[in-house]
Amino acid sequence: MDWAWIGDHLGAILGRTIQHIQLAGIALTVGFAISFALALVAIRWRRAYAPISGIAGILYTIPSLAVFSAFIAITGFSILTVEIPLVMYTLVILVRNIVAGFDGVSADVLEAATGMGYTRRERLTRIELPLAVPLIVAGLRLASVSTIGLVTITAVVSDTFGGLGFFIKERPFFLTEVLVGAIPSILLAVLADVLFSRVQRLLTPWSKRVAQPLLPEAAT
Amino acid sequence: MPELASSAATVEFRHVTKRYDRGAGSSSGTPGAVNDLSLTVPAGKICVLVGPSGCGKTTSLKMVNRLIEPTSGQILIDGVDAATREVNELRRSIGYVIQQVGLFPHQTIAHNVATVPRLLGWPKARQQERAEELLGLVGLDPGRYRSRYPAQLSGGERQRVGVARALAADPPIMLMDEPFGAVDPIVRERLQNEFLRLQEDLAKTILFVTHDIDEAIKMGDLVAVMRTGGILAQFGPPTEILTNPSSEFVAQFVGTDRGLKRLSLARVADLPIRPPVTARPADPAGQARERMNADPFPYLLLVDEADRPIGWLDQHDIPADGVLKADRATATSPLLNKRTTLKDALSLLLDADVQAGILVDRNGKVQGLVTAGMIFDWFREDVRDVDRDRPVPAEETAAAAVRA
Repeated sequence: MDWAWIGDHLGAILGRTIQHIQLAGIALTVGFAISFALALVAIRWRRAYAPISGIAGILYTIPSLAVFSAFIAITGFSILTVEIPLVMYTLVILVRNIVAGFDGVSADVLEAATGMGYTRRERLTRIELPLAVPLIVAGLRLASVSTIGLVTITAVVSDTFGGLGFFIKERPFFLTEVLVGAIPSILLAVLADVLFSRVQRLLTPWSKRVAQPLLPEAAT
Repeated sequence: MPELASSAATVEFRHVTKRYDRGAGSSSGTPGAVNDLSLTVPAGKICVLVGPSGCGKTTSLKMVNRLIEPTSGQILIDGVDAATREVNELRRSIGYVIQQVGLFPHQTIAHNVATVPRLLGWPKARQQERAEELLGLVGLDPGRYRSRYPAQLSGGERQRVGVARALAADPPIMLMDEPFGAVDPIVRERLQNEFLRLQEDLAKTILFVTHDIDEAIKMGDLVAVMRTGGILAQFGPPTEILTNPSSEFVAQFVGTDRGLKRLSLARVADLPIRPPVTARPADPAGQARERMNADPFPYLLLVDEADRPIGWLDQHDIPADGVLKADRATATSPLLNKRTTLKDALSLLLDADVQAGILVDRNGKVQGLVTAGMIFDWFREDVRDVDRDRPVPAEETAAAAVRA
């Protein structure tokens, strides 16, 4: 471990860490917005669920290196080349967990709500959404961990991006720099996981435990 | 609680039909279908819809708050066709309790109870106040329960909250779909009793669905027996259903023990009670024997200074002269109170040494005597009463007159 190198590059490490968080944050925010809209469509029109979930699942299986390279041809070296694939990879996790969250609301609860005179919109926002929160947040947890990992790959697009991945790619045979890229990236992922668990517990004091997300492989 | 003593509404089904067309040819036998249902539930009464599964009882219930829309016919609430009312306004004016309760898991108990007041836009303070009042009413201490979540409650407690929630906006009508079906028999019995006591004050119009004939008989002022195909087999007070089943189907549905079921409807207070011959220890024997011989019941009941029963004395236990002795008294009979059902009373009598039960008041003081014969007499009287109340076709009356 070359501590001197680390000491000389503290500023760069901090800068890349912040960039890492930004790239992941943008992907998660946009991915969540799109996924939520898709999930609402899938809930409203059940038939749409299979194609939406299927396409998102296929997108998820495409090797990330190939996708980033392909988007360079389309969107050049802009941030879109980084964010479009990152967003793409969040979809399957988020859509399936959001839909599962809504589906998990028990039929009795829905019947009671309708029978007592909730309008469709009131029921969705005041009953179904809050009850779907544990699985929605669980989906965000999983998506954040996977996105934070993927951000390192964006280093292949150009040295402008990559977050902490920049260090891994810069000199792959210089162990110190590889570790300086990898370890903080792992810590960020763990931090995000813990953070979302806390958020869920805060948002759902009524729920006894932290919900476990549906993994993309397990979902069909 | 004057606020709770609200008005009730009349509910009238007028030729209500619900068809589920699942493919051709299966029109009438489809589970849940209802066929030309007409009945009226007077304001303030409990009407129980009972029948085997698929007989359309739940469908009928859900057509009142329009969770299901009838294919044809009308449901009138205080004379107004439910179909003409704004659906959510209608539902907010009808209490709704279902078997699995359907409490909102993410809301506290107080929040759950205040659901309809909240939908109706009551001020926050009044919602809170109302929720606490209702928790108290269903026997849950507001201090202990208001801030809990449904997952922290037992099944019985959740059912109580369900009832409280349905009552929150003081609706004139309550729909209850197997409300006590998901709890164990002991809790169910307690909830039933509590609900009946509550209803004495509330006097809501209640439609109650169950598949359990015993529950129907216990809870209903009126019982509507339905059969598969959504056909109303019989509609009337429970005693009439038990005494005069209108068809083989109803007779089978109420069961061969319908005599016993009728006994479970009546209480000791319904019998013409007469006092037994009593005496105290150390009373003169001769006088006591005289009084006993003058009474049709051949035993003398020994009581203490507070008139509480000690035991029975028969002919041989009473000395020719001298005084009565407590140690000669044989084991005492079952003690009954006015609320004991005749079914329980009879069951206790069958088990007892002396074929008589002693009616006592709250302090254990002797009030009267109950014999099996009295119960049989009541049973025969009751059959005649029901026959008299029933509108009888003219030719049947004539035939009865000839027989008499």
